Amino acid sequence: MSANIVALLYLVAGILFILALRGLSHPETSRRGNQYGMLGMAIAVVTTLFVARPDDAWTWALIVVGIAIGGVIGAVIARRIPMTAMPQLVAGFHSLVGLAAVLVAAAALYAPGAFGIGEPGRIHVASLIEMSLGAAIGAVTFTGSIVAFTKLQGLVSGAPVVFAGQHKLNLALGIAIVAIGAWFAATESHSLFWLLTLLALVIGVLIIIPIGGADMPVVISMLNSYSGWAAAGIGFTLGNTALIITGALVGSSGAILSYIMCRGMNRSFFNVILGGFGGETAGPAAGAGEERPVKQGSAEDAAFLLRNAGSVIIVPGYGMAVAQAQHALKEMADLLKKEGVKVSYAIHPVAGRMPGHMNVLLAEAQVPYDEVFELDDINSEFANTDVAFVIGANDVTNPAAKEDPQSPIYGMPVLEVWKADTVMFVKRSLSSGYAGIDNTLFYRDNTMMLFGDAKKMVEEIVKAM
Amino acid sequence: MSDPITVHEAAEQARAAAERALDAAEQAQAFADAAALAAETGAAAIGLSGAVDPFVYRFSIFVLAIFVGYYVVWNVTPALHTPLMSVTNAISSVIVVGALLAVGVSTGAALDGAATWAKALGFAALVLASINIFGGFLVTQRMLGMYRRKDR
Repeated sequence: MSANIVALLYLVAGILFILALRGLSHPETSRRGNQYGMLGMAIAVVTTLFVARPDDAWTWALIVVGIAIGGVIGAVIARRIPMTAMPQLVAGFHSLVGLAAVLVAAAALYAPGAFGIGEPGRIHVASLIEMSLGAAIGAVTFTGSIVAFTKLQGLVSGAPVVFAGQHKLNLALGIAIVAIGAWFAATESHSLFWLLTLLALVIGVLIIIPIGGADMPVVISMLNSYSGWAAAGIGFTLGNTALIITGALVGSSGAILSYIMCRGMNRSFFNVILGGFGGETAGPAAGAGEERPVKQGSAEDAAFLLRNAGSVIIVPGYGMAVAQAQHALKEMADLLKKEGVKVSYAIHPVAGRMPGHMNVLLAEAQVPYDEVFELDDINSEFANTDVAFVIGANDVTNPAAKEDPQSPIYGMPVLEVWKADTVMFVKRSLSSGYAGIDNTLFYRDNTMMLFGDAKKMVEEIVKAM
Repeated sequence: MSDPITVHEAAEQARAAAERALDAAEQAQAFADAAALAAETGAAAIGLSGAVDPFVYRFSIFVLAIFVGYYVVWNVTPALHTPLMSVTNAISSVIVVGALLAVGVSTGAALDGAATWAKALGFAALVLASINIFGGFLVTQRMLGMYRRKDR
């Protein structure tokens, strides 16, 4: 195959990847888009096999065995993983891309001939720079994603880890990495390459540990972006169009998602990545000590009100995911619809632990996607709604964001549930949310607190109907 | 002020250069294969130096792809942001291309353990990327299969 045809085939693969993302503009076209993505990947792999054209059976066996091992593991994971675990899964997958980038960069350093970038000891300087970029970003992605994974999986506390001089240390490490990268590009020393990689692995851990659990939507998006830039770095080393296009696509995709998540929290990107904000164990906020009257309802009260409502908007949050309440919720919604109640769902951009987390869980429970609305599309509806049913969400419904300029979340876009005639809160207790601030909504006259585990409470409401 | 003779000479040179550039352009038209070379000749004639480095072409593709990504991703419906992350993850495993090249390194002839190292690193990268390719696309497919419209 001529080099021109190879380059064109890689271009085709890149375009198919663009179409894969394009398909995601609507659920109806998304499945076809995903198939375009698979086709693109198949083209890229087959083309590369033609280029590499291994001449011994031993190498072919390695390739087949490698793909088979990875394929079986990947397929089993894809089939078994519960939808509530998607954030950790994505973080885990990002770490694999990061590590693969490091390994490929190292392989290119050891056998530059196979990649067409020169001979050992005389690799082109540009290639060395690209290689060190790919390896460094890949290494940061690898360890950063592993830390994110352990936080999301609950293997370590989601609370931010902060210590004195943290940012200075990170800055010093960053400068050291750049300096070693330059030195490596000048000398092609293998030990400098590994030193560079080692420092990047360390900094990957350091930049993620100060970020708290509920900021994970930003972290995951950011690591998504990094994995793309790492792939692009390797793409430059190999001069491979498919990799360059993909890296750019994934890099910008992750960056946009990070931006959307930050906007959803009304915080700057730097505010999030510098970390130290909140934690899963945030205690009750100041002033919460005083006893204020709260209206507490039972499942029977809730069932009665819901059945007699004309319209209900359900507001799910991370608590729904933790309690796995989405199926019970769907059952409740179905019963209500039978009674002639209009049911819709309102999703805040940062609800859950990754972008779109709630939508996937509702889709899993077979909630039709045309009943699920984004914040901007549904916020004006609350005023005409009888019951807002908040399940496992807190900060994203806090009126302080609109009314109290002193509040740390002032200015954050929130779902204006308080405008509904009645607000029901399914919650374990009155504790404050992730941001560590009290929600004044709990004490309002039109609020009914339903204390208990989200799933159990919804099941009891269903029974009471 | 400039000397009139020098101006005249400069004009002559420019004309000559323009003619050479014209020749170059004709060559480019005649031989598609020689296009790059002809452009180089033309460029040299009007005072630029050297051919465009392949890096610049790659960089152009990279920048354009960022723009494409920007517009395409803003069009993704927020309801599908989780599948977006899993599918971008799957396609970024096209890094498997590098892994395959590394596994394909021939170890028979060469002097050293370096080639063997490259092969081993490539194999590890191949396994990791394959997990991602199969896992990423299949889990995306599974998720997308769940999104249903209201049955009416």
